[in-house]
Amino acid sequence: MAAVESYPDDLKYHEEHDWARIEGDEAVLGITWFAADALGELVHFEPPQAGATITKDSSYGEVESVKAVSDVIAPLSGEVLEVNQKVVDAPETVNLDPYGDGWLIRIRMSNASETDALLDVSAYKTVLADQ
Amino acid sequence: MAQTLQRTPLHDRHVELGARMVPFAGWEMPVQYEGVIQEHRAVRTDAGVFDVSHMGEIEVEGPQAHALLQSLLSNDLDKIAPGEAQYTLLTNERGGIIDDVIAYRLGECRYLVVVNASNREADYRWIKEREVRGSEVTDVSAEYALLAVQGPRAIERLGLPPAKAFTFAESSIDGIDVMVNRTGYTGEDGCELLCMDEDAVALWDAVLARGVVPCGLGARDTLRLEVCYPLHGNDIGPDTDPISAALGWTCALGKEFTGVDVIRRVKDEGPQRKLVPFVMEERAIPRQGMAIEGGGEVTSGTHSPMLDVGIGMGYVPAAQAAPGAPLAIDVRGKTRTARVVTRPIYKREG
Repeated sequence: MAAVESYPDDLKYHEEHDWARIEGDEAVLGITWFAADALGELVHFEPPQAGATITKDSSYGEVESVKAVSDVIAPLSGEVLEVNQKVVDAPETVNLDPYGDGWLIRIRMSNASETDALLDVSAYKTVLADQ
Repeated sequence: MAQTLQRTPLHDRHVELGARMVPFAGWEMPVQYEGVIQEHRAVRTDAGVFDVSHMGEIEVEGPQAHALLQSLLSNDLDKIAPGEAQYTLLTNERGGIIDDVIAYRLGECRYLVVVNASNREADYRWIKEREVRGSEVTDVSAEYALLAVQGPRAIERLGLPPAKAFTFAESSIDGIDVMVNRTGYTGEDGCELLCMDEDAVALWDAVLARGVVPCGLGARDTLRLEVCYPLHGNDIGPDTDPISAALGWTCALGKEFTGVDVIRRVKDEGPQRKLVPFVMEERAIPRQGMAIEGGGEVTSGTHSPMLDVGIGMGYVPAAQAAPGAPLAIDVRGKTRTARVVTRPIYKREG
């Protein structure tokens, strides 16, 4: 069963329905419950390669359901340290646990000040209310 | 210009069930209820019901009805008797496919042709313009609703007697008069229930009360693709001929019908390209419009819920069309390998 709708308040959000968990100079990235629900059960994650550079507001990968393909937008810039192999092998993990086991990649941030431009949970919920 | 979408009589039922409604061929239709994958599996393992009331129905009646349809449809209607149905093609002068349809022989001189929603008007116009004295062509789509009940337990759950594929009979379910057609678009056993529009809600409720799972157009598409049934508008169309589309078996080339000369010529010379089913060998999902190296193109693609792999169909040059042939597909800039397989892509084990 898919997870129930939630938006943890310890995360930073991007209006393209991505989240970031800041851990020192690193960040863990994923897509929000809203994004996963809109797509439906995920059946494919096309990840970036470890070592690749990703750029804030640009696509770093793709997620696909049976019916649709969606770019995953980077909320922050940095170097890809790790790709979540569990999601590559079992993409539906994102629907089951979007903020836990369903994380997508871990990066080393190249510009920590970019986090200031991200949304907190209340601002992100305002974005959702306009959808 | 904004266009008002048509709604089937079951629209409110779909919304109450939490369906995600999408525009399709001018209709507002449920693409999924709980999820495409679980609906797909319900049809493969038990039974699911699809509202396909958007499909069109054209009645052709009169002493010349048979002759008219024999001249317009590719298959041989002499092979079916009243109570039987036939998958067949409405073809144009170029041997292209205006639509793929099922003709139900209601009587010696009376047929019901069930057509794709997106082609209903074009089909009706095409047949109506060719009407002859002694044949009356009527678009009766607005009078009927159509529910497809599909899956290995569909017939048992509906309490219907066994019957051969491509036959039909008058029956009733909870007192509702239905025409039970042993046809479908999923590769599973089951039926399509034709009822009067005003009876649709009661019939839908009766079907769901028997434990049949409501399924949307999303699962309908993945189900038909796993068994390689072509989708008109994707895999076949007015510019594709039946031979290239592997639909030669629906063409009675010994009789005269629109475009038959062109189709005979393609058959004699051999098609330059062929519609083939394929399975991805790398993790990737093929999609309609993607290029296949060597001059081919994907016409339908998805993720197979049963095989858990990317699958599709596409046109490739005849030299690349044999089962086992490798294909290279351009998946948004990345080359991913696939292999041509035999039909169907999915078949139940044992």
